[in-house]
Amino acid sequence: MNKKGPLYVLFLSLVFLLPGCSSLTVLNPKGPAARTISDTIILSILVMLGVLAVVYILYIFILVKYRAKKSNEGYVPPHEEGNKWLEALWIAIPIIIVAFLSVITVKTTSAVENVPADYKNQTPLVIYASSSNWKWHFSYPEEGIETVNYVNIPTHRPIEFRMYSFGTITSLWIPQLAGQKYAMSNMLTKLNLVADSEGSFIGKNANFSGRGFAYMEFETLAMNTKAYDDWVKEVKETAPALTEEEFKSLLAMEHLGRKTYSSTHLTFSPPPADHGEMNSEDGMDMDMDNGSMEHQDNTKIHPSPAPASETEFDSVPNPELDEPVPTSAVEEHTHDSN
Amino acid sequence: MDFERFKVHGEPLIYGAMISIALATIGIIIGLTYFKKWGYLWREWLTTVDHKRIGVMYILAALLMLFRGGVDAMMMRLQTAAPEMKFLDAQHYNEVFTTHGLIMILFMAMPFIIGLMNVIVPLQIGARDVAFPRLNAVSFWLFFFGAMLLNISFVIGGSPDAGWSAYFPLASLEFSPTVGNNYYSLALQISGIGTLLTGVNFIVTILKMRAPGMKLMKMPMFIWSALLTNVIIVFAFPVLTVALALMMFDRLFGSQFFTMSNGGMDMLWANLFWVWGHPEVYIVILPAFGIYSEIIATFSKKNLYGYTSMVFSMVIISLLSFLVWAHHFYTMGQGAMVNGFFSITTMAIAVPTGVKIFNWLFTLRKGRITFTTPMLYTLAFIPIFTIGGVTGVMLAMASADYQYHNTMFLVAHFHYVLIPGAVFAVIAGFHYWFPKVFGFRLNDRLGRHAFWWIAISFNVTFFPLFLLGLMGMTRRTYTYSAETGFGPLNSLSFVGAVGLCIGFVILVYNIYWSTRYMPKDTNGDPWDGRTLEWATNSPIPAYNFAIVPKVQTRDAFWTSKVDNIPLFEEKITKIHMPSNTGKPFIMGVIFFIFGFSMVFSLWIPAILAAVGIVIVMATMSFDRDHGFYISAEEVIATEKKLRGETV
Repeated sequence: MNKKGPLYVLFLSLVFLLPGCSSLTVLNPKGPAARTISDTIILSILVMLGVLAVVYILYIFILVKYRAKKSNEGYVPPHEEGNKWLEALWIAIPIIIVAFLSVITVKTTSAVENVPADYKNQTPLVIYASSSNWKWHFSYPEEGIETVNYVNIPTHRPIEFRMYSFGTITSLWIPQLAGQKYAMSNMLTKLNLVADSEGSFIGKNANFSGRGFAYMEFETLAMNTKAYDDWVKEVKETAPALTEEEFKSLLAMEHLGRKTYSSTHLTFSPPPADHGEMNSEDGMDMDMDNGSMEHQDNTKIHPSPAPASETEFDSVPNPELDEPVPTSAVEEHTHDSN
Repeated sequence: MDFERFKVHGEPLIYGAMISIALATIGIIIGLTYFKKWGYLWREWLTTVDHKRIGVMYILAALLMLFRGGVDAMMMRLQTAAPEMKFLDAQHYNEVFTTHGLIMILFMAMPFIIGLMNVIVPLQIGARDVAFPRLNAVSFWLFFFGAMLLNISFVIGGSPDAGWSAYFPLASLEFSPTVGNNYYSLALQISGIGTLLTGVNFIVTILKMRAPGMKLMKMPMFIWSALLTNVIIVFAFPVLTVALALMMFDRLFGSQFFTMSNGGMDMLWANLFWVWGHPEVYIVILPAFGIYSEIIATFSKKNLYGYTSMVFSMVIISLLSFLVWAHHFYTMGQGAMVNGFFSITTMAIAVPTGVKIFNWLFTLRKGRITFTTPMLYTLAFIPIFTIGGVTGVMLAMASADYQYHNTMFLVAHFHYVLIPGAVFAVIAGFHYWFPKVFGFRLNDRLGRHAFWWIAISFNVTFFPLFLLGLMGMTRRTYTYSAETGFGPLNSLSFVGAVGLCIGFVILVYNIYWSTRYMPKDTNGDPWDGRTLEWATNSPIPAYNFAIVPKVQTRDAFWTSKVDNIPLFEEKITKIHMPSNTGKPFIMGVIFFIFGFSMVFSLWIPAILAAVGIVIVMATMSFDRDHGFYISAEEVIATEKKLRGETV
């Protein structure tokens, strides 16, 4: 009763303080994808405050007016069946609100699933992000470099993360740049984002994955194009190549600091296919269920890290990865209709 | 034999728990022997088929589990109360949040609700028992021994540690090699079978055993909610049964349904789990809506506003509950189209729920509202649950969910839904119907104290979690560094948790105090009630109603009081009753042995127990006990005695 007062104040302060409050990471976006979501969240909070206000005002009014007190002792409440117009009203208004929010949801969801509108004419930089135990591997097939537990990206260029896992389901999340998405062992998922200002942003696995979950974080460093190119060049020149042996030992480890290599594991341990590719390549003659041949092949080449004794990496490289990234990337990479 | 695997290592807390469990067990055994209560316990409780006693046992078990789940919750809040706390290690924390979720949903909220349904449904429809009293006992004992099986995992072998949702491949043998998730698959399976049987039992009871004249649209709202809940149980639980069976095959027999290799599909588990898991939420929420509807009508002295739209909104919620499961994993990469569909179906649930909120408000309007303890919980439910509801709509928006998913924002949301939606409801129902079962009320002053502690502390505990979620704190994180800035809000949340604890202690103390000091109710109708359960004596005689009532209106008892419409017109005749039986209890014990043996892959005892289960089932099927009759004279004598007249 008198406790919704403070709650209401809390909610109001939430809305008015949050956008300015940098500690609320999710509402402090540094890229168009996260900004779209942040705007959606703030809009939805405002709409919901309206709903709450209506309910709370009615509630307080009714409780105050109709509570049992000395003055209404003997009052016999009337029998009321209901009122079809009033009931129609509180069916219709929520439908309108839900319809409005549905439109917003569908629009913003498809916006954040794709390359941000202002960057559609650019070729996305593809980075494979794979998780094993409680660490992240980032492979840059275009540059031919690989990092562990940190990822450097150029600003103002669309980045296409392609995620998969060498074990449990994990979720790649860089809250200030974009929403999260799962990385799974037998399917490739994609996350589009752009950083429009330089800076270091925390990234983490958001999906519970066992004992070491709390420490599964990485740094995302957004740098200008020149700094990024310099970094790539430096890595190419100074970092060691990633051998199959070395990669196996990385997979087996539980936690790891930062690592940098001048080649990627994708050549000897190709990633799983994503849904779109699977369907087009498998055609009709393959097993049509989702746990099909494709998965089996991939997981054979591509086993889980834990018992690394029997693993055998197929050395046939994934042909797609040796080709340069296609220039007509927009058509190629707008996979949201799987 | 290798006894190492039965042990749980290292934790002083666990050793403490082992000792306290052992002491409690010994204490109970000594107490029962000393007071010579073994025979009483067996005759009156363990073998009972009386719906009221089964209901009471459900509620007792639920209170026990509330304590267990509450201790888990306190440990979690303490561990995260400050950065880098060393109270629990990661493994222990993982086990604690997993069992907290499982116990609170499956072994606290659901049995509490089913217990209230057991006590009240037959009374409110004017019936003498449920349709299948023995099946009802089977349901209870399967639930009970399933719950016990999960609880001993804590001290024997280790608890499940992959979250209550047990996502694969994390829950597979490869990543979770302890027996913890074996317990998960077997304990949930055993109690799940019990719940499924309850579903069947109550659907038949409500459809076939209503008092003459009680048309479907004259049923009290709690009966409607119970009916729909049980329909959801019957449709949703088979999915869980199948999923758990596949999980058991994966973990015990090396099948590959959900593994990463040989064509296994980890996403399949997530889908199966939530196809059951989302309706499960409505299984605990819908009866709560029913309870609130009864309480609001009683304490505002008005009939329920918009009865028809209330019924239809629940029907629509039940249907939609099966169409929203993918909103639990928008981030699985199924694309904007699929997510859009599930966003819209999820948000659509807000419409019928909103209808209910406004109908409740308009029931209160023009009423004469008295603030008794059950009413206070009900009135607190409206504003708090509305926050849970609107944040639910926010989470339903797929794009925004990419940022809320797996964070404390989500944790805050579902506690804002489940605690006012289910826990407040069962506490309200407990206070409301307590005098019906025991013949005296719980003290209102103590009740109000407990209420304010619980209602305020609840908000202190869970509101900060919304903000923590937006700050980027993920759920199920056992520790965090000071730089994250999560510390202060988590400390605040811990303070709230302590307050909640105090509230529950007062609540339990109130039960003790009231048992000793509260005066007996005389007429069986302490709240000036509206529905049939108040028309019989308190405590309720074994046969419920000496004469089966004749119903003409919705609030049958109310109209009988106000308009002098007689409910009981027939003569008292002999009453047919089912006999007690120990077989459901025995079957529960054997199921427990079966489950335990399976957990540890002890095949011989498992096979023997499986054979035992079949034998008990067969003897139950061929049992020719047709029950007994209470003579008319005996009924008349009992009625007089209960009314305080001398025989």
